[in-house]
Amino acid sequence: MMDGAGNDVLTGEQNIRNFNINFGPQHPAAHGVLRLVLELDGEIVERCDPHIGLLHRGTEKLMESRTYLQNLPYLDRLDYVAPMNQEHAWCLAIEKLTKTEVPRRGSLIRVLYSEIGRILNHLLNVTTQAMDVGALTPPLWGFEEREKLMIFYERACGARLHSAYFRPGGVHQDLPQDLVDDIAAWAKEFPQALDDIESLITENRIFKQRNVDIAIVSQQECQDLALSGVMVRGSGIAWDLRRSQPYECYNEFDFKIPVGKNGDCYDRYLCRMAEMRESTRIIEQCIEKLNDCKGGEVMTRGKLSPPKRTDMKTSMEALIHHFKLYTEGFHVPPGEVYAAVEAPKGEFGVYLVSDGTNKPWKVKLRAPGYPHLQAMDYICKGHMLADVSAALGSLDIVFGEVDR
Amino acid sequence: MGEIMDRALDDLREVIALRKEDAMVEAVAAHGELTITVAAGDLVDFVDHLRADGACRFTTLIDVTAVDWPDREKRFEVVYHFLSMHLNQRIRVKVSVREGELVPSIVSIFPAANWYEREVYDMYGILFSGHPDLRRILTDYGFRGHPLRKDFPTTGYVELRYDEEQKRVVYEPVTLTQEYRKFDFMSPWEGAEYILPGDEKKDGA
Repeated sequence: MMDGAGNDVLTGEQNIRNFNINFGPQHPAAHGVLRLVLELDGEIVERCDPHIGLLHRGTEKLMESRTYLQNLPYLDRLDYVAPMNQEHAWCLAIEKLTKTEVPRRGSLIRVLYSEIGRILNHLLNVTTQAMDVGALTPPLWGFEEREKLMIFYERACGARLHSAYFRPGGVHQDLPQDLVDDIAAWAKEFPQALDDIESLITENRIFKQRNVDIAIVSQQECQDLALSGVMVRGSGIAWDLRRSQPYECYNEFDFKIPVGKNGDCYDRYLCRMAEMRESTRIIEQCIEKLNDCKGGEVMTRGKLSPPKRTDMKTSMEALIHHFKLYTEGFHVPPGEVYAAVEAPKGEFGVYLVSDGTNKPWKVKLRAPGYPHLQAMDYICKGHMLADVSAALGSLDIVFGEVDR
Repeated sequence: MGEIMDRALDDLREVIALRKEDAMVEAVAAHGELTITVAAGDLVDFVDHLRADGACRFTTLIDVTAVDWPDREKRFEVVYHFLSMHLNQRIRVKVSVREGELVPSIVSIFPAANWYEREVYDMYGILFSGHPDLRRILTDYGFRGHPLRKDFPTTGYVELRYDEEQKRVVYEPVTLTQEYRKFDFMSPWEGAEYILPGDEKKDGA
C-alpha cells in the first residue's frame, strides 16, 4: 500500500496500480499473431513488451538442409504481402557469390515485379492502417487494386502469392506480350485509383486526428533503433537502397524518393502514398524498356538455370543437366555475402554463408519488421492505449518475416 | 565499378587500422564487403569506435547473428553487420567464441541490438554479458535447446497437439511416420565414404 493508507478521499487516487493487459495474440489490429503485454497507467501506455515467435517456422533451420533452389519458395513465405521482393534478395546473394550476370530483360522484369510488390504492400498497409483507426471503405477500394496486381503475379508465374518467380540468374519465364500491355494499361489507370483512395483518407478528419503527431521518431532514434525503409524516410532521411546502393538496374530509372518531415504516422502514410506513385512511374519506364528488348533472354544460361525444353529433346547433356539441377542442385563457391534490397517495408537482407556444397551452411534473413517491432516499446511509451494500434499500423508489420 | 569499391574498402580498412590496429585480428575484403574479426574482449570498444569515428560513422546496426562451426575449437562466430547512412558504407564484424564463453553485449551502444542478441541466445545459446533482458524470443514458452545449432535435429524433440480428453495442448516426443529424407548427392567418383553396393564382398573373397 502507498502512504496515506487509502482512507483519505484526496489521496485515494494514489492507490491505483498499473494495469497489465494482453493485446492479442488474436486481435484484429495486431496484423497477425502478435501478443503485446501492455502496462497501463490509466489509459497511458507505460511499457510495451511484444511477445513474438507465434508464427516461427524455423525457416533458417529448414534452409540449411535444402538446396539453394529448393530454398527459394521459403522466401515467399516471409513477407507474404510482397513475396517477390524477398526472393530478389535471395537471388542477389547467390548471384553475388557465383558472380552471375542477369540478362537485361530478366533484370527489367525483376524491377517491374519488385515495384508491383511495393504497390501491393503499400496498398495493404495504407488501407488497413485506415481500418485500424476506424475506416472501412479504404481497404475495400485498395483490395480491388491489389486483386488486379495479384492477377499480374498469377499470369507471370501461375501463383497469386507464393510465386517462386525470381530465380538465381534471372526470372523463371518470359512475360507474354499481352501481359506487358495489360500492366501498361493498368499503370495508366492506377493514379486515378490512388486519387480516389487519397480523397477518402488524406484529409479525413478522424484519420488525421488519429495519426498526426502520433508515434514520432526522430532521425537520431531512427538510427539507434535500426529502422529502415519508410520508417526513416518518414523522419526526413532520404535513404533508399534503390538509390544509394543501386542493385539490379535501378540506376537507369528516374524516380523520386519521397521523405516526410515530422516522422509521425501521418507522414509515413503520405510517404507510402507518394511511393506508390513513384513505383507506377518506374513500372511505366520499365514497360518502355521491356518493349525495346522483346524476345531477349530472361535467364543466364549456365549451371544455375535449367536448359531449354527444346534442347532437352535432342541433347543428352541438357537432359542430364536438367536432372542434376533439380535433384542435386547447383554448388555455390565457399564464402559469405550480405545482399540487401529495398523491400517495401525497409531493408531486407540475406546473409549467406556457403561451404561450397549444394546447400547453404548458414542463412540469416534480416527482416525489416524485426527492429521495427522492437521499437514498439520506445514508440508507444507515453501514448494512449488507442494509439497503439495506429502506431502498429504505421510500422507495417507482417509476422511472416518478423518470426521467420 | 568493382575496382573503385575495392579501393574504398581498402581505404576504410586503413582508416580503422590507424586507430584500432591492436584490436583487429583479421581484416578481409571479399565480394565488395569488408569483414573484420576482433577478440570478444575488444568488441564493445571497437564497435563504439566504428559508431563514433568521423570516417566510419556506422550508426545503424543492421543485424546480429551467429554461425555454428562444430569442428572448430572456437565453435561460434558471432557476426555483426553495420551500415553507415551518412557515408553509405557497410562493414561486418566477427567475434569467435567457444561454447559457453560470454560475449559482451552492445545494447548500451546500439539499443537495436537488444532483440538481435536475444535471438542469438535463443537460437545458439550464446550468452551476452550485460544484456538487460536476455530471454528467449522466437521459440515457444518453456522451449529447451537451441535450434540453430548444427547438432539440433531439424525435426526438433517435441511436438504438440490438442488433446480432446485433457482439453489442453499436450507436448509429446516427436514420432516420424516416415524416415526423415536426406539424400546423398556425392558421386562415387568424387570419394563417397560409404561402401558401394557390391563392394562389400571384395575383402571377404
